[in-house]
Amino acid sequence: MSRVVVVTSGKGGVGKTTTSASFSTGLALKGYKVAVIDFDVGLRNLDLIMGCERRVVYDFVNVVQGEAKLQQALIKDKRVDNLYILAASQTRDKDALTQEGVGRVIDELKEAGFDYIICDSPAGIEKGAQLALYFADEALIVTNPEVSSVRDSDRILGILQAKSKRSENGESAIVEHLILTRYNPERVEAGEMLSVDDVIDLLSVKLLGVTPESQDVLNASNAGSPVIMAEDSLAAHAYSDIVARFLGEEIEHRFINLEKKGLFSKLFGK
Amino acid sequence: MALLDYLLGQRKKKSANVAKDRLQILLAHERSARNAPDYLPQLREEILAVIAKYVDIDQDQLQISVDEANGFEVLELNLVLPEH
Repeated sequence: MSRVVVVTSGKGGVGKTTTSASFSTGLALKGYKVAVIDFDVGLRNLDLIMGCERRVVYDFVNVVQGEAKLQQALIKDKRVDNLYILAASQTRDKDALTQEGVGRVIDELKEAGFDYIICDSPAGIEKGAQLALYFADEALIVTNPEVSSVRDSDRILGILQAKSKRSENGESAIVEHLILTRYNPERVEAGEMLSVDDVIDLLSVKLLGVTPESQDVLNASNAGSPVIMAEDSLAAHAYSDIVARFLGEEIEHRFINLEKKGLFSKLFGK
Repeated sequence: MALLDYLLGQRKKKSANVAKDRLQILLAHERSARNAPDYLPQLREEILAVIAKYVDIDQDQLQISVDEANGFEVLELNLVLPEH
């Protein structure tokens, strides 16, 4: 049984593509056959984050429009077996995607035996974002602990619940998972940042995982390698946890609390 | 200085709390607007126009919503009249 998972947020720059890249890589590392699709037509970036930007010949729009076969457009990842990338078009505009066309490609991927089809949504709530979530069975809501991101996530949750194939057909709702990124326990402790519990409270979505603010994310994108592959990186551990929890493993949440400091350093430290 | 900050910090309301309070109000408002019928904004304007003929009111003082309670749809109007 294939599952379609959308990675979405409403707001831009919160970590959707970073999450899509690491999440799909993590699933493939666990042995599943995974396709990750970039829905950001005109502003593609997943190829760059995954390090396959020079291997894009045909893209998602070419397949939707029938100009190329799916097998020609799927780019096989060089690091991980069973991982394939479908890049967005850089030259077309977002009207190039149609609901029927996207549905056909997703059906074809299911028939080709993919276990997971990850849809990397563009920012906003326009057509591209709506199509990315339309066919989803599950959704990863990527949110920063910050007011505008929380508000936009709530907006996207409303669309998930009202304008998806599942809601239109009266099927069971899309399963929602919260991923809180760029979390800084120090600032939360100081009362300067919304806490995990605050965000869960506000959005009423079950937490899948928290990723800490980390230098490794920029280093990984510079190198074109998903951050989950970085060694000795907290962000990599966080994403590995997220993948394992998604697959049903019981793993305690990490990166939420500050390392306990002694009373002395609390009073006289920095 | 950390000691001083620590003591003073207790008295000021933290910005994260302000953020949460603001979001709680905003999200509740936006969620109800999301499920509201399309005619609601127009209805609100017309009701305001009628009331304004008789009473001098602040436009923001009228709250109008459609809720569901016990299987009935309830149109709720809430208006604070100015003090004389």
